[in-house]
Amino acid sequence: MLIEALIALCLVGAAVVFLAPNRFAHKLAVGFSLPPLVISLYMYFAFDGSGNALLGGDIAYETFTQWLQLGSYTVNYHMGLDGISLPLVVLSTILTTLAILSAWTPIDERQSQFYGLMLFLEASLIGVFGALDFLLWFVFWEAVLIPMYFLIGIWGGPRRKYAAIKFFVYTNIASIVMFIGYFALVFGLGDSVSSTGLPEIAQALRAGQLGSLGIIGPDALALGAFVAMFLGFAVKVPVVPFHTWLPDAHVEAPTPASVMLAGVLLKMGTYALLRFNFTMLPGQAEILAIPIAVIAVISIIYGALLALAQSDLKRIVAYSSVSSMGYVILGLIAYTVYGVGGATFQMVAHGLISGLLFMTVGVIYNTTHTRMVGDMAGMAEKMPVTAGVFVAGAFAYMGLPLMAGFAAELFIFLGAFESTVLPYAPLFTAVAMFGIVIVAGYLLWAMQRSLFGPFRLETDYEIGPAALHDVVPLVTLVLLIILLGSAPMVFFESIQDATLDIVATLGGGI
Amino acid sequence: MEHVSNWLLLAPAGAFVVSAMLLFVIDSFDPESKHDTLLAAVTTAGATVAMVVSAALLLSGVADPGVELFGGQLVVDGMSLIFTFIFGSVTALVGLASADYIEDLPHKAEYYLLVLLAATGMSLMASANSLAVVFVALELASLPSYALVAYLKTNRGSVEAALKYFLVGALSSSILAYGISLVYAATGSLLLPDVAAAAGEATDLYAGVFGVGILMVLAGFAFKTASVPFHFWAPEAYEGAPAPISAFLSSASKAAGFVVAFRVFVVAFPIDTVAASVDWVLAFQVLAVVTMTLGNFAAATQENVKRMLAYSSIGHAGYVLIALAAFSPGTEGLVLGSGMIHLLVYGFMNTGAFLFIALAEYWDVGRTFRDYNGLAKEAPVACVAMTVFMFSLAGLPVGGGFISKYYLFAGAVGAGFWWLALVGAVNSALSLFYYSRVVKAMWIDEPDEPRDIEGYPTALYAAVVTAAVVTVVLLPGILIFDNAAFDAAAALL
Repeated sequence: MLIEALIALCLVGAAVVFLAPNRFAHKLAVGFSLPPLVISLYMYFAFDGSGNALLGGDIAYETFTQWLQLGSYTVNYHMGLDGISLPLVVLSTILTTLAILSAWTPIDERQSQFYGLMLFLEASLIGVFGALDFLLWFVFWEAVLIPMYFLIGIWGGPRRKYAAIKFFVYTNIASIVMFIGYFALVFGLGDSVSSTGLPEIAQALRAGQLGSLGIIGPDALALGAFVAMFLGFAVKVPVVPFHTWLPDAHVEAPTPASVMLAGVLLKMGTYALLRFNFTMLPGQAEILAIPIAVIAVISIIYGALLALAQSDLKRIVAYSSVSSMGYVILGLIAYTVYGVGGATFQMVAHGLISGLLFMTVGVIYNTTHTRMVGDMAGMAEKMPVTAGVFVAGAFAYMGLPLMAGFAAELFIFLGAFESTVLPYAPLFTAVAMFGIVIVAGYLLWAMQRSLFGPFRLETDYEIGPAALHDVVPLVTLVLLIILLGSAPMVFFESIQDATLDIVATLGGGI
Repeated sequence: MEHVSNWLLLAPAGAFVVSAMLLFVIDSFDPESKHDTLLAAVTTAGATVAMVVSAALLLSGVADPGVELFGGQLVVDGMSLIFTFIFGSVTALVGLASADYIEDLPHKAEYYLLVLLAATGMSLMASANSLAVVFVALELASLPSYALVAYLKTNRGSVEAALKYFLVGALSSSILAYGISLVYAATGSLLLPDVAAAAGEATDLYAGVFGVGILMVLAGFAFKTASVPFHFWAPEAYEGAPAPISAFLSSASKAAGFVVAFRVFVVAFPIDTVAASVDWVLAFQVLAVVTMTLGNFAAATQENVKRMLAYSSIGHAGYVLIALAAFSPGTEGLVLGSGMIHLLVYGFMNTGAFLFIALAEYWDVGRTFRDYNGLAKEAPVACVAMTVFMFSLAGLPVGGGFISKYYLFAGAVGAGFWWLALVGAVNSALSLFYYSRVVKAMWIDEPDEPRDIEGYPTALYAAVVTAAVVTVVLLPGILIFDNAAFDAAAALL
């Protein structure tokens, strides 16, 4: 019942904050975001699940009751966590609280609506990671779009309406493609399944019970469904060439929404890829290993090159997410314990690091009212702590040892290099590693231009150090990144436990 | 005792009649009553009783299997109770909202009276088991509706809409009557089960007469449900009518058309036997595809919010037509039950959307999307409710509309009509475009000029918020009704 408590607390908080007067909204929202945070940390420490939730493992915090019945299919209310979803739930609660904290300065109108939507977003995200029945999961998956649409559309930058609609339409069309793909599988399984539950479908698929659907044979059906679901999730991740909504959404979104978007929403895509495509249809993933790896490597290199070409700090961070998500895809297609585990770990690590960088850019922007690298220089002189945090975040991104990014990328490269599923794995890995060099290139360049050197920024307003309430979330994130980097086992142990079964079918390897 | 329980089965219709009569009495003692709260309260209370009693009867299973009354002229079964529940809930919401909407208008008692009489006619339509009762009940529901559309006598739009509605309605009633007479000529009976029994012989002997009769009956229902190509009265009527009446017509009246269509076609014209004469399933397939596509595309091009909703309600008629278009006797009534569930959810979300329009008309904010700009700043709660209606109508999982559409499309796929489901799903995805325009206007766009909203009408607000809460609750709560609906559909076969 703890997951339900988390969701209920967020929803109650959202309703109360929504109706509260604007001047209390921020404090109320911080207050309402704390109990879910505490409960999720408790859930982390009391976690007693093992194995993969979809493949017959012991599910923690499970709730199971029948919801609907349609013909021969039941739809159940089935919630529960395993080693993959637990870290993501914790990530959601932590980032929501920090994003709400960081919203103090940038959000100066319609506060109660803003914070109400943030808490509603948190509830939906927890639902996405907790749901173990397709229809229930889809309800939360779509529900996430609604608060994010408003967050971008109301509080965003000058082109916010365009960005919000583009985000909404892109991801909604992707959802329908994915929905059709999944239900093709359910109908293809015919009488061998009696519900739309993820565990039942996954186990039936892995047991090879997929039949024909009309004139489409089982093999073609599985491949078609894999492609449909992959396309649906690829938009969310996003991978090249489906990434064009991302820079618009990110650049126009207000900082706290960018933090949630990069920190958690992108992970919904990779999480779903892992849960659906790579867990349910390993055979098809193997067939398509080379195209998927090519897409991953293109995302890594092209995303990084795009970031290199930007002069807007927020755009740099936005495009670098495309690059980082490419690593996740590469780790997943490797089908090794370290590859898939590292990919899952990267989801959490990147959530913290990109959240940190977006927040830092936001803090700088609040003070300077510009994000252009060329406009500023020597910011370290005026904002020493913020500049220090920026440097820390950038190095985490580049994979400095003892920071979360290092552990994640190391796992992914180790796993991908040893892959038996992906042909020419060492070649793909080597090319992907080159992405790190480009990352270092654009981040070092951006830092050098904007942070160091003599101070130069002509303004008619005072530029001073950031306020305490802006710095607290930044420092917290830096500490968390160092914690995960120096003790990756904090999450990696449970992740590894849950990913073992996924890789076992295809030979595995480390 | 047998008698008593039989009368109890008609209690929902009785509740409508009794409260209508009560309004008669009040109006004769106190003409042009100033106690408009009393009038609205009687209407809402009567409708609520009808709603609660039909839900209780439905869930207690008293009417399972169906009970025939008056020598088989009426039948009370699961389907009739589900639809009486829909009529009760819509009438209750409309009655509540009207208390504020017609505050300053004359002839209040007549207004409520006509609403209740129309609701009585609809609940009889739900139970009608003979073509004669179908026709009489249909007229009882239609005549008050014409008058209600013309209620804003001094408004040219309202009168024009009513005239159009009346002329087209009269024409289609006569087509229906002629169709019924041809069916009678071919089968020698008006009772639906007897028509079915004689259908085989009629198909052999009088295929032409029988087939034309069925097609004319179909045309009559297509008018009532505002299906393409008999839809052109609907946008005018819904736009010109007072907004609560638009809500009433587009939700309850449409559902009434569907319940009759469900019963008449499934019971009286068994597709196995009449297919040689006229394949009505094929006719409904064409109707469904054309109706949902045209309704959605027309809705997308509107600038007037009320007119957009009118076209969207045509689109939704197209979705429900899938229930008959994907009909095949062997499928245990899944699609048919899904159609009922969709109409039930639709009764709340569509009524709520039109009642929000009523609220906007009450505030005089204007009619177009542009006029709604920035409304959320002044009325956040009502705008949250409208957002729920819009997203639920579009099929996003914030309300019951997601589940009921899922049922319909999954039912169609299960019956082997995957292409119907695909057309429906594509239309549904496109519909998000025009529904989200309302949301965008309310929340994101800035108003052209500052406006002041005077007052927050309590009853109208209560109706809108109630409809929104029920729409959301129906997402998980549909489980209360889904089995009843599938059983009701299965019982019909």
